[in-house]
Amino acid sequence: MQIEEMRLDGNAAGGLLREVFVRDVTAAIATCAACGSLGPIAGLLEYGQTMGVILRCPACDSAMLRIVRTPGWLRLDASGISILMIPERASEAS
Amino acid sequence: MPNEPVAAVPPRLDWRVATVSDIRDESRSARTLVLDVPQWAGHRAGQHVDVRLVAEDGYQAQRSYSIASPPEQRSIELTVERINNAEVSPYLCDTLAAGDGLEVRGPIGGYFVWDFSLGGPLLLVAGGSGIVPLMSMLRHHALADAPTRARIPVKLLYSARTWNDIIYRQELQALDERPELDVRFTLTRDVPPGWTGYSRRIDRALLEAVSWPASEKPLAFVCGPTPLVESVSAMLVDLGHDPARVRTERFGPTGS
Repeated sequence: MQIEEMRLDGNAAGGLLREVFVRDVTAAIATCAACGSLGPIAGLLEYGQTMGVILRCPACDSAMLRIVRTPGWLRLDASGISILMIPERASEAS
Repeated sequence: MPNEPVAAVPPRLDWRVATVSDIRDESRSARTLVLDVPQWAGHRAGQHVDVRLVAEDGYQAQRSYSIASPPEQRSIELTVERINNAEVSPYLCDTLAAGDGLEVRGPIGGYFVWDFSLGGPLLLVAGGSGIVPLMSMLRHHALADAPTRARIPVKLLYSARTWNDIIYRQELQALDERPELDVRFTLTRDVPPGWTGYSRRIDRALLEAVSWPASEKPLAFVCGPTPLVESVSAMLVDLGHDPARVRTERFGPTGS
């Protein structure tokens, strides 16, 4: 099986992201710190990880968000995101 | 606008033990679990839940499953496609029985969701079990009064392997009778005798033939196996659709 078939997207990370953020952020618009392209967190590419998730930019493949669960800790590395715009109302997403 | 209503901060996403109240077979490889979830606060069409299985030795496996039932319904329904040799779906499809408990958390997601406030027309494209979150949208749409439904016409293009792999087939055929709804199937592996519908993978010509033209500015939802989602969304953008109005959800590899 090709790795492309295995990948999911940011929708699937919604539950884990809700452990970190108060609101749903799958509809939030993230700007890639590496290439500047922007799009919803739901549109980022997720590659399966046993201990967490890595979400990559669909344009340049940079890691934008990493969440790793280790005993006693949830570790978030968002250094691949320069700006995260979170809609205040659920229907705002586009 | 200080008085503008802002969505209340949602409650914490806690694991809860749901009770399986009913199980229905939907196709030869998919079945629906009807769940009563304690303190369920409702969901939006298109959202999913996380399901967690814990073995006796403490080993955990977790997967996401889309909700098929409409927001109007109190119990939630998950339709699960059996993927052989997988960790979770064989348990859900073969072992779990009515009366059993199942750990879930949700509802999850704010992107791949639709309600009437988002407008239309709607273009829904599904591959395999990717029909599940779209079914919640279709059922939500179907429960509205006739004038409301007429304002937002819907076209569904559903790609399945064979006639018997089509999930919710009878319900979809019944919905197709409605004037505001157009349901088209394409069968990619085998067709029944006398089949006059489409019998190929979704390509540009098929999309062009059955979907709204870009000038109608439809809101598109595409869900299914990752290769299908990525090719269909790219073709829609190529056909002139606004990328911001093409929402996608990748389900990963296909079953069986």
